[in-house]
Amino acid sequence: MKIQFDREKCQGHGRCYALVPSLFECDDEGYAVVNELGELDVAQVHGARLAADNCPEFAITVE
Amino acid sequence: MNRDQHADVSTDFDHTSPAWVADPFPIWDELRGTCPVAHSDRYGGVWLPTRHADVSAIANDTEHFTSRSVVVTNHRPPMELAPQGIAPPISSDPPYHQDARRMLLPAFSPQNIDKLVPSTRAYCRELLGAMQDRDVFDAAAEYAQHIPVRVIANMLGLPEADGDVFRGFVHDVLEGVARPLEERIETFLALLAYLQGHIDDHVANPRDDMISFLLEAEIDGTRLDHFQVARTVGLLLIAGIDTTWSAIGASLWHLAKTPTDRERLVADPSMIPTAVEEFLRAYAPVTMARLVREDFEFQGCPMKAEEWILLSFPAANRDPEVFDRPDEVLIDRQPNRHAAFGLGIHRCAGSHLARMEIRVALEEFLKAFPSFELADPDPDAVSWSAGQVRGPRVLPIKVGA
Ligand code: HEM
Ligand code: SF4
Repeated sequence: MKIQFDREKCQGHGRCYALVPSLFECDDEGYAVVNELGELDVAQVHGARLAADNCPEFAITVE
Repeated sequence: MNRDQHADVSTDFDHTSPAWVADPFPIWDELRGTCPVAHSDRYGGVWLPTRHADVSAIANDTEHFTSRSVVVTNHRPPMELAPQGIAPPISSDPPYHQDARRMLLPAFSPQNIDKLVPSTRAYCRELLGAMQDRDVFDAAAEYAQHIPVRVIANMLGLPEADGDVFRGFVHDVLEGVARPLEERIETFLALLAYLQGHIDDHVANPRDDMISFLLEAEIDGTRLDHFQVARTVGLLLIAGIDTTWSAIGASLWHLAKTPTDRERLVADPSMIPTAVEEFLRAYAPVTMARLVREDFEFQGCPMKAEEWILLSFPAANRDPEVFDRPDEVLIDRQPNRHAAFGLGIHRCAGSHLARMEIRVALEEFLKAFPSFELADPDPDAVSWSAGQVRGPRVLPIKVGA
C-alpha cells in the first residue's frame, strides 16, 4: 500500500497534516507534503486512510 | 412542509428572510430532496445548489462561474473590475488570483499561526476574567465577538481600540445587502479612507505586521500600490471577523444546550480539535456567491449570464450523500470531510488562524466556566445574523449551577 497524493487537487485545508503528522507535513504556504515512505506498514495505512477520508478535496488516495 | 410551502421555497427563496435566518436547515433539506438546484427571481436571479456534489462542481469551475462578486446584492460590480475584483484574492479569477493568494498564504501558514497562540489565549482569559462575578452574560457580544477583532487588529497593525470602528464597517458590508448601491459604496470608501490613514503611518514608521509586509510585497515584480494594500487589508477584516465570531458563538450555543457534549470536552480537552471540525461542519458560518459568466446549462438548469449562485457550503455539509446522520452533531465524527472553509482554489486563506482562534476560545471558556446553559430556553432569546455569514449575535448564557 502506498499514498497517492494529487498536488493539483490539494488546496491546503490542512486536515491531513493536523491528523497524521507522521505522514504529512505542510509547506510554507500550508499545502501538504507527503513524507516519502514507500510501502506502508499497517499503522501507516490506517493513518493514510484517516487523512484520505478527511481531505475535503479528495487529493489523497491509498492504493 | 406541505406542497404550497415547497413551491414557494424552491422558486422564491430569500437567504435574508426571517425564516431562513432563524432556521435554514429544513429549507435546504427540503430543496435537496425535491429541487437540488433551486432558483429565485430575487436579486436579479439566484441559483441555490444544496447537494455537496453540485456545490463542489461549481466551486471548482472557474471557467463558467466568476468570483467578481461573492456577496449577493441587487447590483453587479462593473465588468472592468475583473480579473482582480474589488478585494483580491477573494474577488479574483485565474490567473491573477493565484498571485494575490500566494502573497498572503505564508503569513497564515500553520507555523506562523502557532506563534499567535499565547497572545490569543491571554485575550480570552482577560475577557473571561471580566465576567467571573456574573451569572448571566452575552457570550456572543461580550466574548466571541472580541477575539477575532483583537487578533486581526494586532496581526494587521491596527489599534485594538478601533475594534468598534471596523466591526461597524464589516457589518455594513456583510449584512447591509439590501441598502442602495450608493450607500454601500460610501461605506466601502469610508473603510478604505480609514485604512489609508494607517497605511500612511506605516509608510512613515514601518513595523513587524501585515500592513508593513503588504507595503513591501510584490506581484509580478511590481509593488502593490496603496489602494491595493487598503483593499487587501479591508478583505482580511471582512473575511476574518464575523466568520470566526460566528463559529465561536455557534460552538458555545451548541455546548450550552447540549450538556453531555460540554461535559465530555471539559473532561477531555484533547477532543476539542475534533469537536471544532464538527461544529464547523454542522454550523458552517459562510455561504459564498458566484456570478454566471455566460448563459450556461448546469444540471439541466438554464443559467443566465450575470445570475447569482449562492454557493452554500453549509448546505453541502448537511448532504446525506457525504455525511452519515448529517443533522446530528457528533463531536467525535470521523471521518469529517466538511467544506466549511470552501472548496477549490479559493479555500479560506485564514482557515488555520480561524481554527486556532476557535480552539483556544473554547479551551479557555470551558476552563473558566465548566458548567453553563442557555439563560433563556425560548429560541427567540438567541438571535442570528442575516445574510451569507451566519452565527449567533445575541447569546445569553447562564454560568454555574
Ligand atoms: C470560521 C471562520 C471562517 C470561515 C468559516 C471562513 C470561510 C471561508 C470560505 C468558505 C472561503 C471561500 C471563499 C470562496 O469560495 O469564494 C473563504 C475565503 C477566504 N477567507 Fe475565510 N473563513 C473564516 C475565517 C477567516 C479568517 C480568520 C481569515 C483571515 C483573517 C480569512 C480570510 C480569507 C481569505 C483571504 C479568503 C480568500 C481566499 C481566496 O480567495 O483565495 N477567513 N473563507
Ligand atoms: S487535507 Fe487535502 S487539501 Fe488539505 S492539505 Fe491535506 S491533502 Fe491538501
